[in-house]
Amino acid sequence: MLVFVLRRIVQAVIVMLAVAFIAFMLFQYVGDPVTNILGQDATPEQREQLRVDLGLDQPFPVQFVRFVSKAVQGQFGLSLRQGRKVSSLIAERLPATLELSFAAAFIALVVGIPMGVYAALRRGTFLSQLMMTLSLIGVSLPVFLIGILLILFFAVTLKWLPSFGRGEVTTLGFWSTGFLTTDGWKHLILPSITLAVFQLTLIMRLVRSEMLEVLRADYIKFARARGLTNRVVYFGHALKNTLVPVITITGLQLGSLIAFAIITETVFQWPGMGLLFIQAVTFADIPVMAAYLCLIALIFVVINLVVDLLYFVVDPRLRIETSATGH
Amino acid sequence: MKFKQTLLTVTLALALGAAHAVTLRVANQGDVQSMDPHSLNESLQLSFMGSVYESLVGRGKDMSVIPLLATKWSQTSPTVWRFELRKGVKFHDGTPFTADDVIFSFKRATDSGSDMRGYTAPVKEVRKVSELVVDIETVSPFPILPDTLTVFAIMSKKWCEENKAERPVDRRKGVENTASFKANGTGPFRLKERQPSVRTVLVRNFNYWDKVETNIDEVLFTPISSDSTRVAALLSGETDVMEPVPLQDIERIKASANLTVLQGPELRTIFLGMDQKRDELLNSSVKGKNPFKDKRVRQAFYQAIDEETIKARVMRGAAAPTALMIGPGVRGFLPDMNKRLPYDVEAAKKLLADAGYSSGFEVGMNCPNDRYVNDAAICQAVAASLARIGVKVNLQTESKVSYFPKILRRDTSFYLLGWTPSTADAHDALYNLMATPTDKGQGQYNLGAYSNPKLDDLTTRIQTETDKAKRGEMIREAFKIQQDDIGHIPLHQQALAWAYNKNVSLTQLPTNYMYFKWVTMKTK
Repeated sequence: MLVFVLRRIVQAVIVMLAVAFIAFMLFQYVGDPVTNILGQDATPEQREQLRVDLGLDQPFPVQFVRFVSKAVQGQFGLSLRQGRKVSSLIAERLPATLELSFAAAFIALVVGIPMGVYAALRRGTFLSQLMMTLSLIGVSLPVFLIGILLILFFAVTLKWLPSFGRGEVTTLGFWSTGFLTTDGWKHLILPSITLAVFQLTLIMRLVRSEMLEVLRADYIKFARARGLTNRVVYFGHALKNTLVPVITITGLQLGSLIAFAIITETVFQWPGMGLLFIQAVTFADIPVMAAYLCLIALIFVVINLVVDLLYFVVDPRLRIETSATGH
Repeated sequence: MKFKQTLLTVTLALALGAAHAVTLRVANQGDVQSMDPHSLNESLQLSFMGSVYESLVGRGKDMSVIPLLATKWSQTSPTVWRFELRKGVKFHDGTPFTADDVIFSFKRATDSGSDMRGYTAPVKEVRKVSELVVDIETVSPFPILPDTLTVFAIMSKKWCEENKAERPVDRRKGVENTASFKANGTGPFRLKERQPSVRTVLVRNFNYWDKVETNIDEVLFTPISSDSTRVAALLSGETDVMEPVPLQDIERIKASANLTVLQGPELRTIFLGMDQKRDELLNSSVKGKNPFKDKRVRQAFYQAIDEETIKARVMRGAAAPTALMIGPGVRGFLPDMNKRLPYDVEAAKKLLADAGYSSGFEVGMNCPNDRYVNDAAICQAVAASLARIGVKVNLQTESKVSYFPKILRRDTSFYLLGWTPSTADAHDALYNLMATPTDKGQGQYNLGAYSNPKLDDLTTRIQTETDKAKRGEMIREAFKIQQDDIGHIPLHQQALAWAYNKNVSLTQLPTNYMYFKWVTMKTK
């Protein structure tokens, strides 16, 4: 077990180095922050001097090594755009993104699973056909369009919900939360629905097909033969077995919710990491971009590790194998 | 327990206060990047901080130079300006404003982390004459010194020293600086709260030295980068003022009963430049010679471009076609010379044939896609226009972060650029855009290296000429030379567009500055 975790950590470090390396290779093409840092009245020498001082005139392997050696010491430098520490910028933005992502994951599960179950059990009815059609739209509509449509309807036309921002937040130590105020909740509704739509439809379709698969299995027939009620068969036996792949997918999708919140955050001006990243890209703010990409890689690696460890718990065969090799 | 009670009282007081307070909610495409007024020479930054910090002199609603922290100024010799400072002005922390603060601010702005060095470069020394009088000595005679100081903020020496903010933040050294997120100016508003990219809150400074027309107690500034969300925030009543307005939404906002759009010409001129230096263009089918060296080719390009259609279609009317490299509002603007050469495809074809390119040629063009209003679309329209005279334009559009470094390396044959003279004076455009590039900074943005020695000579003389009438004549002469040479192809001045609730009244400067002291709100 320990060996497994250690091996995974080594892999994680390699993955993150690779991500950082590729990122730095791409940074050669994102442009030059110097013309943004200095206004139009700066002289060519001032520009060149700044470029040299920031190390931007160095070839990318040199820039990369410099970044890694500083990052190892926990230093990500200053944001070129804001002149503030990258680490504190990210720490400030992390709660917003995590709250949004978890709210979206929650909606996706709580709405997606029952819809999937219904669509499987009442196959062919008008309502389940409607759900399947809607889910197709959900999968194919781009996120920003869903966001804009929701804003148009709920914020501009009906004026029920706010169109941008996070609203009133409460600070608890290093964490700023929008969960403690009505205003915060109101601001969360539209962005979290927007972010949830794709995952929701994915989970619904997954549950439906898994459920149909399971319902054909022998043990369901036996359960019925034993005279169990529909309710026990469906929810006690079928759904439970359906949920194993759903949990796996949800875990992995949580990573992409965090990473791909970028679009939702841009549409709703949600002050999270995705918005920070987009703003960094438009400014060629290399320290912020590098730190963000590494953090996202880390999140994915950690989630994968947790999922793998969950397999250990769930699947006894894995445990036997490793203990056998351990001897 | 006592603490709790105090907290309750404070909260109550705030809640009660909030009921009467007039709050102006402003949304902008971008955020103010730092609270340090010396850190970035950019219009949003200077506009916003201009309500917190003040300069010696400022701009009036008609762009004239008005007294702020200085009450009087005069030239005591060709290179020395004397400024008499205002009595009784206090910084937000209560420290009185004196000559020492002026001297300190000039010194601070010359630091390597400062982006105000362009304004301090002509200044040789600032001397204290008395507590409230300073002499500013310039390197050479500099008749427009006051114009260049209108956005140069005066900071408190004492506050900066106490907060270890004697220098602007230097991104190279990796050390944060208090002045980036706190502020202590003399302006009509104080900084109350700063959350970068989320919101910045200003409150009225009731100890301000002047009577101001505003009735606003609190300004809540929010950056909303997505165009459609910013429009939605205004339509849904979540913000009172927002800018810029996407051109396609102007009609829609105007159609709304309680909203309006204020459009005015911006000082920025959009123009095209052509490489007139290289003997062979970097990206062109013409080998062994440079077609742009021939005035007939430049004129053919000029006359082939249908600027009226660009104005009507691409800019949806929100542009003023121009024949000059500066717009109305810039000192030295020449209304009688603002007549574009006529749009004439046949004449253009003939000019091109006379120059020996009867079947046209291919040329690469560079264009930003996120810097000016509809910049990429303007370039596409130009390319389409030129196709009619047989010139095939290979257009490359890209983000400003890669565009500017590229064109500043002069890695271009044909490019689009916009320019606002930061001094609102014609000399700035002559010096940066039209004079022959030197390694001293002259012609820095003359990226096609258009060159005429007569214009260079005039530019140098205009800088130090103190006689207003003579200076005006020289400016006229210089612009005439550039026009006759067709050194560049000016296109238009883009229009500014602010949208706001009708209960707000405000003043728009052609520099796109919004000073909150000129904003009032009707309260219900």
